[in-house]
Amino acid sequence: MTVTWQNLADGLLLGSVYALMAVGIGLVFGVLRLVNFAYGQLVMAGAFALALASQWGWPAWAGIVLCFAVVLALSAAMEWVVFRPLRGHSPAVMLVATFAVAFLLQSIALLWFGSLGKIATSLTFLGRFWTIGGVDIRKIAIVAVIVAAVCLLLLSVLLERTEIGLHMRAASMDFSTARMLGVRANRVISFAVLISGALAAVVAVMLTVQTPLVTPDFALRDTIVVLAGVVVGGLNRPIPATLGGFAIGFATGVLGGALPTDQSQYLPTFVFVAVILVLLVRPRGLFDFSRTVERV
Amino acid sequence: MRLVVDNLDVRYGGVHAVRGLSLTVEPGEIVGLIGPNGAGKSSTLHAIMGLAGASGSVQLDDRELLGLRPEDVARSGIALVPEGRRIFAELSVEENVRLGLAGRRTRGSTDLAAVYDLFPIVHEFRARQAGALSGGQQQQLAIARALVAEPDVLLLDEPSLGLAPSVVDVVFEALAAIKQRGLAVLLVEQRAQRTVAASDRSHVLANGAVQLTLGPQDAGDTEKLVAAYLS
Repeated sequence: MTVTWQNLADGLLLGSVYALMAVGIGLVFGVLRLVNFAYGQLVMAGAFALALASQWGWPAWAGIVLCFAVVLALSAAMEWVVFRPLRGHSPAVMLVATFAVAFLLQSIALLWFGSLGKIATSLTFLGRFWTIGGVDIRKIAIVAVIVAAVCLLLLSVLLERTEIGLHMRAASMDFSTARMLGVRANRVISFAVLISGALAAVVAVMLTVQTPLVTPDFALRDTIVVLAGVVVGGLNRPIPATLGGFAIGFATGVLGGALPTDQSQYLPTFVFVAVILVLLVRPRGLFDFSRTVERV
Repeated sequence: MRLVVDNLDVRYGGVHAVRGLSLTVEPGEIVGLIGPNGAGKSSTLHAIMGLAGASGSVQLDDRELLGLRPEDVARSGIALVPEGRRIFAELSVEENVRLGLAGRRTRGSTDLAAVYDLFPIVHEFRARQAGALSGGQQQQLAIARALVAEPDVLLLDEPSLGLAPSVVDVVFEALAAIKQRGLAVLLVEQRAQRTVAASDRSHVLANGAVQLTLGPQDAGDTEKLVAAYLS
């Protein structure tokens, strides 16, 4: 197995995409204590929107706008129709509800678009190569790293510098006390769900460049891998969760390119064995270094 | 504004925690709720705050609050300093204080000076992580955070719990200053004598109902206090 610069670039691409997915999943978990298993289907819906826009001959920017509109509308519908009425029920009920939403969206995609799916072509130019220092790197790898960095920076500013960000952080630590202080639960949760949806739309754009064929199970495997990465990083905290997503994406990207073709089918096995080993050694998460604060 | 609780009932499954409790707290008054563990003191505060299901009536002036969500009660002018302080340990002291603004009714107003004047220690340590403060400092932070909302009614649940006597003095001095500002204060405490002395009147609760009401003149009457607890 030989690791090339190209493999590292692929690892950075997938790591960036998975980091954004991890943030999206982590934001909703923070305020609802709910792992949204339908997150991958939001990405899938956005990818189909891009594919349809390509089919209709829309320019790339219009396809991206449609992708965001579809994913945000679905996120809002999920919050209003599923999460809000079930709020206050047990976590198990909420979890099963997200499974139901995931299967529903996948079934709708299967009915509307068939199992063969559609191709999103409007952003394929980002799949071409730039030669940097003699190394061929796909444009999307560089774009993904920049977009992920900008998204994470904006999110960080939102969480650290704004009132709604402070309310979201407080709600993720102790929602009951936050509400008692006047923090509006519905506003904070809706905001987190919509931000999470916007990140799913960004992921949809980047994944369709990497994999233009959009099928009903698009992003399903990625979501499962990201969920493992989020748990490995540390589900309770946004930064460890993001690092976990990045780490598992980077490892998957690098290994996926570096493994010999006849061994590539073992990639998920390698990744999940590593996940199990990490959790055995550090059950709180690989990047969760939090400890009790020393008092003055 | 005055707080009027009328015929309040709180049940947790088969447990009848509060039974037909009625009380009034006028602006500039401190009303104490004392009694043994399980008497229904904290349940009363939780019911007022919308944190526990209840029947009866809780009115702020003429506005009915029972049935509102906790955030709406907070935005109506009632603030709770919860038992155990429940500060956000990972946030800075100032961020904790700023969270209190969520309950403030005058939108856009973010002035914290009045609260920092009352609790200089909170101002001094505002850049520190809240979890790094001592128990007494955290209690002052919890009261400051509640006052930032500029409430008409302040509910305090065992504010002196686990604090050193010197810090308890600081807390009760702060309560006197808060009373001076015209707030209605409902104080739940285990320190009966101290509470009776500091309050305009104190209701002794047992089995979820008011057994006796004491005035500050009764603070030195140990026999009466003990009898009230054992009644």
